[in-house]
Amino acid sequence: MPIVFIPAQLKSLTGGVSQVEMEADNVRQVIEQLDQQFPGIRDRLCDGDELARTLQVSVDSSMGARGLRTKVGDAREVHFLPVIGGG
Amino acid sequence: MAKTVLVTTTINGESTEFLCKPRESLLEILRDTLGMTGSKEGCNNGNCGACTVLIDGLPVDSCLVLGVEVEGVEITTIEGIADVGQLDPVQDCFLDGAALQCGICTPGFIVTARALLDKKPDADEQTIRFDLSGNLCRCTGYDKIVRAIQAVQESN
Amino acid sequence: MSSGNGNYRVLGTRPRRHDGAEKVTGSAIYANDVQLPGLLTGFVLRSPHPHARIRSIDTSEAEATEGVFAVISGKDFPEVADKVADLGEGSVNLSYLSGNVMAKGKVLYKGHAVAAVAAVNIHVAEEAASKIKIDYEVLPSVTWVLDAMADDAPLLHENLFTDHMGEKDEKPSNTAVHMHFEKGNIEEGFAAADVIVEREFKTATVHQGYIEPHVSVADWTTSGRLKIWTATQGAFTARQQTAEVLQIPISDVVVTPCEIGGGFGGKIAVYLEPVTALLSKKSGRPVRISMTRAGVFEGTGPTPGSFMRVKIGATSDGKLVAGEAWLAYDAGAYPGGMIGPGCMCVFSCYDIEHAVVDGYDVCMNKPHTQAYRAPGATQVAFACEQVVDEIAEQLGICKLEIRQLNAAKEGMRRVDGPVYPRIGLVECLDAVAQSDHWKSPLEGENRGRGIAAGFWFGCGLKSSVSASVNHDGTVNLTEGSPDIGGTRTSIAMQLAEVLGIDTFDVIPQVVDTDSVGYTDVTGGSRVTFATGLAAYEAGLDLQRQMAGRAADLWECSADDISVVEGEFKGPDKSASFKELAQELFKDGEPLVARASVAPDCSTNGFAVHIADVEVDPETGKVTILRYTAIQDAGKAIHPSYVEGQMQGGAVQGIGWALNEEYFFNDNDTMDNASFLDYRMPTMLDVPMIDTIIVEVANPDHPYGVRGVGEPPIVPPPAAIANAISEATTTRFFELPMSPPKVWKGLSETS
Repeated sequence: MPIVFIPAQLKSLTGGVSQVEMEADNVRQVIEQLDQQFPGIRDRLCDGDELARTLQVSVDSSMGARGLRTKVGDAREVHFLPVIGGG
Repeated sequence: MAKTVLVTTTINGESTEFLCKPRESLLEILRDTLGMTGSKEGCNNGNCGACTVLIDGLPVDSCLVLGVEVEGVEITTIEGIADVGQLDPVQDCFLDGAALQCGICTPGFIVTARALLDKKPDADEQTIRFDLSGNLCRCTGYDKIVRAIQAVQESN
Repeated sequence: MSSGNGNYRVLGTRPRRHDGAEKVTGSAIYANDVQLPGLLTGFVLRSPHPHARIRSIDTSEAEATEGVFAVISGKDFPEVADKVADLGEGSVNLSYLSGNVMAKGKVLYKGHAVAAVAAVNIHVAEEAASKIKIDYEVLPSVTWVLDAMADDAPLLHENLFTDHMGEKDEKPSNTAVHMHFEKGNIEEGFAAADVIVEREFKTATVHQGYIEPHVSVADWTTSGRLKIWTATQGAFTARQQTAEVLQIPISDVVVTPCEIGGGFGGKIAVYLEPVTALLSKKSGRPVRISMTRAGVFEGTGPTPGSFMRVKIGATSDGKLVAGEAWLAYDAGAYPGGMIGPGCMCVFSCYDIEHAVVDGYDVCMNKPHTQAYRAPGATQVAFACEQVVDEIAEQLGICKLEIRQLNAAKEGMRRVDGPVYPRIGLVECLDAVAQSDHWKSPLEGENRGRGIAAGFWFGCGLKSSVSASVNHDGTVNLTEGSPDIGGTRTSIAMQLAEVLGIDTFDVIPQVVDTDSVGYTDVTGGSRVTFATGLAAYEAGLDLQRQMAGRAADLWECSADDISVVEGEFKGPDKSASFKELAQELFKDGEPLVARASVAPDCSTNGFAVHIADVEVDPETGKVTILRYTAIQDAGKAIHPSYVEGQMQGGAVQGIGWALNEEYFFNDNDTMDNASFLDYRMPTMLDVPMIDTIIVEVANPDHPYGVRGVGEPPIVPPPAAIANAISEATTTRFFELPMSPPKVWKGLSETS
């Protein structure tokens, strides 16, 4: 049952809600559930049928998972972050 | 059309002849005409030292020397710093001291350091830094290069 | 996985690197050393204008020149869809990438590639290029980030609208992205503060400054496959980018990563590969281009300049309670700069309960920015660390103690959201306190000491290796991570450690894209960590295979075989790795192992630097008297190479702090595109860089490895600014703190 953190820029869609606890297997389900609760949020997080190319998902202390299939079932926290490249 | 010039010189102890146009640099001759790619091109205008060779024992940026200028001189390049199958103490100390990371500046440093140690075997740190300030390195921060040169001094 | 600083045989030793002899004798093959029959030399023609429409290009005279074999321009490149491709590390919009490789229709910065020539030698190529006639319609230009954000700024892209996480503004803009992060309640935070410091900062564009320019060789003449030899930090990303720009299948392309003369993030994007490919196709000959140094400065990817406003509030006991940052970073000619990591790193070293960060990615008529070692972090550290110092001054608290009081620890939430696992900043600060440098008093006029902390994520990403046993007991290790700093050895050491054999019994090779599984770039501080992890796992695979075969040989069960320090022990027989390898060669399958990894974690590298400076008020020159770099490496596999990363990053940071900048004139073009005037530190400009390696094991790696390559460039400008402030009581808020600026600043305050 991870806590999904809503990116600060999307709080206008959630009426200020910044965290949602939910049951989900993967990021796709997380986004589907978020969109049910806060219509329109899916289009902000996705490019078509994929996670927006400018975003990555952090699941607990992992960084860099980038697919909607990323598993979140046992996770404590899920965050949507900008993609970062190193040098 | 500029004349092609025949130049006779000595490179790493061997008499060498090559043809060149007046506008070609020694660096171009070494790399493209003679296939000696140990001297590297970093800037082509004398600011980085990656192309350093010795001419009559003096370090010079070979990108600033024209091929036609080396008639009759003695050139030492990185390829000739050590005998065949051997490493010069400077090369050994660079390896033991991890004084290189990407290695592109390394031939230039080794040639310059060799000349420095031949002329000023007891050079102090400041002298080492001053005399090698014409060789740029972007990877190491220079610390281990200085220490490698000092290690050569200590082993003598 | 367990980790910890146990007693290792190989890890922690300092063997010579496997490619060392080639590198010190000049026989290592860099891209400019590759020799192919019939090789032509190419030259890139670049825009003289910072912003212009291309009305026409006439290459006929150039093509007719004797000795010229091919001329290309933007029209020779296929149209590329406006889509984003995943490069493994970061993503890129392909039409921007293609446009940057060679301009189509419009040039966006001075130095933008517009055409290229392949000829018998560089002189003929350059002369022919000068005969290419281009009719430009010059447009107004802009090169300062705040000017580029203004409503009336010249627009680079008509169809670029500011993106606020998926919602776009209606009016076109140079601001490509706006990011926003929040933590806690910022009003509450500042209301509780006893002292608040707010400052504005500016940093200039700087370049990675690798000594080897970009060089690529392409042979697209036989068999239909495009063969590339290039200086790249990632052969696989070079393959993908090149294939995308040329619109050919990636399987048609094979990239050999040559030995590379420095990268630091600047040799990840492709510039020359597609250009040499088309020249080769058109000419029917292989073609090499080695970029001129001016071309490198003006035509590749420096790091963002910036404008930053940072405000921090603290209570009187020194606890930081609120932080606000407004950050505008150059993206250069195309969107896709480093603003994300800038936002995530600005407060990353400190546990601040309430924070707000706004970041902007802004286009302007400068070369498109690229990563430079911890991209985006150095700029924000310059800002945040000085504000923290000022708060300490106002509260009368020791500058080390205020950092220790607020240091990020395991469990702390960053402003962008994630919580830190086990990290080592506290241990680094403790090491400062214990260090000889910190304990040695600094005496004398105009002298001062400064410290600063820095953070970089350090990523995992994908690596593949294969390992095959030779019957003399050595192991060939094939991997795909270009070796910029000795990593082939640190990876070989990890395989040697797990197998219980000698470092030099592992023979590592960095190979081309046909010969090893997909491997992400050498960058992001990931190679010793991730490719090392793959080597470790391949070693375990090899051991399992050999144990199973030993069981057959010795007629016992595989469960009865144990491996102790490389020795295979059965119920009544045993053999060393070498002995078993020799024995198993006689019959049965060859021993080949493989591993591929994609660790999804950050290795979280923290660094703290101490700088002692002396400032000459008459000239503004700042001399570094003493410098110590302290960093958490997790586990130093080869300590000399870890130290080398720390020292190299520190000196790059010193150059960034004290002198390096792109100097743009009134025509918005760079005045100092050479090593003479883009003045990087020489050996004479810096002292020895002392290093202290802290080891707080990374729980995500069997040996505890953390990435070390990037954190060391983050603290230096801040540490030096703090030192200058101590020395002179004047603070400098602009980079570089070069002599004219320091002199002027001191004159104004005195």
